[in-house]
Amino acid sequence: MFFDRTSSIVVIALFACAVAGYFIPDWIMNQLMFGFARALAVLGLLVLWRTGLISFGHAFYFGLGAYTVALLDINLGVSDVFLRLVGAVLVSGVIGWIVGFVLRNYRDIFFAMLSLALSMVLYGIIVKTEALGSTDGFSISAPTFFGFAPDGKYPLFVFICVVCAICAVAVQMYLNSTLGWMTTAIRDNEVRVEYLGLSVANAVHVKYVLSAVLAGAAGCLMAMALGQVDPDSMVNWTASGELVFITILSGPGSVIAPFIGSVVFELLRTYAFEWAPHAWQLIVGGTLLTIILFLPGGVWSVIEKVVGKKS
Amino acid sequence: MTDSSPILKVEGLEKTFGAVVAASNINIDVQPGEIIGIIGANGAGKTTFVNMVTGYLTPSAGSIQFEGREMIGLPPRKVTQAGISRSFQVSQVFSTMTVEENILTALAIASNTGLGALRQMMRPELVSKCNDVLERYQIAQHRDHTAGTLSQGVRKLLDIAMAVISKPRILLLDEPTSGISVEEKFDLMDIVMTPLREDNVTVLFIEHDMEIVERYVSRVIAFYQGEIICDESPTEALADPKVQEYVIGTSHPHAKKGA
Repeated sequence: MFFDRTSSIVVIALFACAVAGYFIPDWIMNQLMFGFARALAVLGLLVLWRTGLISFGHAFYFGLGAYTVALLDINLGVSDVFLRLVGAVLVSGVIGWIVGFVLRNYRDIFFAMLSLALSMVLYGIIVKTEALGSTDGFSISAPTFFGFAPDGKYPLFVFICVVCAICAVAVQMYLNSTLGWMTTAIRDNEVRVEYLGLSVANAVHVKYVLSAVLAGAAGCLMAMALGQVDPDSMVNWTASGELVFITILSGPGSVIAPFIGSVVFELLRTYAFEWAPHAWQLIVGGTLLTIILFLPGGVWSVIEKVVGKKS
Repeated sequence: MTDSSPILKVEGLEKTFGAVVAASNINIDVQPGEIIGIIGANGAGKTTFVNMVTGYLTPSAGSIQFEGREMIGLPPRKVTQAGISRSFQVSQVFSTMTVEENILTALAIASNTGLGALRQMMRPELVSKCNDVLERYQIAQHRDHTAGTLSQGVRKLLDIAMAVISKPRILLLDEPTSGISVEEKFDLMDIVMTPLREDNVTVLFIEHDMEIVERYVSRVIAFYQGEIICDESPTEALADPKVQEYVIGTSHPHAKKGA
């Protein structure tokens, strides 16, 4: 089935989260919103990772999505969530498509560092440009839904859950398609793929644009969830590092993994900061080391083992 | 050789790497259905020739016409789509996938172009075709084995099976029996050549084993230092003094007695 078991689990789980959001405290809902929003960018990195590519600069698209929302809001007064999302997706998708013509020719460390360089160029432009908010960024008006401006963040939470479900199912369908299946094939042997009659460059380009669109959507959702954008938390290399961290923490095994990994990361960072305000990076870094050493398949490998044993 | 128009016409082909001449003045006409053995010592230019025909290397000069169409400048995927496929001296398989997944991948690429590539990968018709290929190349018992763990012989069969899936009119095999034990060589060649003959596929294969050459080919092309030194029937080629001296070596059983 094209709409397979994983897609069903994603839809049911995010629907359950959307319903539960009505009853849970705001701080938990916020953590879930931040986690789910960031998970979309991680979903894009997962597609790249399965292809054998890692981007150290995906905050470039995350930031583009977030800043598109801010600029639409400030300059055009756009507050509708759908218009903001479409704008962020279009901007990140078109720029990803253009940049993809260069990056699709590179692999390994060159791909990783070129993407990092790109994000730092955007970061440099933003912090030096007053019109883009410089180092302070912008505050964003509360989102509206077809002209309605509901109180509280619950409607936005539901919207994020719906967008995440649609994106995760779409990525799962893509991974089940011939082109999606080529992620592993390209990672394994580009020469054979080319000699079977498929353009590796085109296939990598499609995956890159897909990951850019997902990161742009993630930035858009995060900007609305936070109510502000700023270059340090959204475009700087540390933001890209966080996305890579969550990708490793999640593991590449399933499209469900980024959502679990992102929420675990949000909780880990929140509690690490609470327990050790001056050394929270030590806890986060130690966790990353532990994951790499003992759980190279990420948290998803633990879930697979547990579910595998039960079944 | 027949008078019908050649399926592959190579004229004045040259390849240089700086001062090194890897191939020079190569002229070959290949008729449809021919099975040709390409022989030569290491570094003679055999693989360079195959690499040029299949788009991996761009020739420095000359022309490669397949069914009347110029192939120089086409990338490997376009060459494959045109109808020329190849296997490799070092088998090119997807090492972390199972044998079945390897074949399915090849089938999926062969059956999908453009937006068709967004169709579901695991389709019943593909799985059915995959079973046929696995049976035809006698690798069905390895279907669930990861390609990276296969023996050399099975990897070779898998590599060739994947190359044939695109239904090429010309297949180039780069040392299909290298690394295979003497006992297995003929079995492997029988498995490979039987379906190719049935489908009337034109085959050019590089081979060092003269027994294999004698048994399976109708024509031999010998390379030496980037040039063709002999283009004849196997019996004539193996008796040719230049082939004896530069390719086979005087101590080989195929060398002329007393040579």
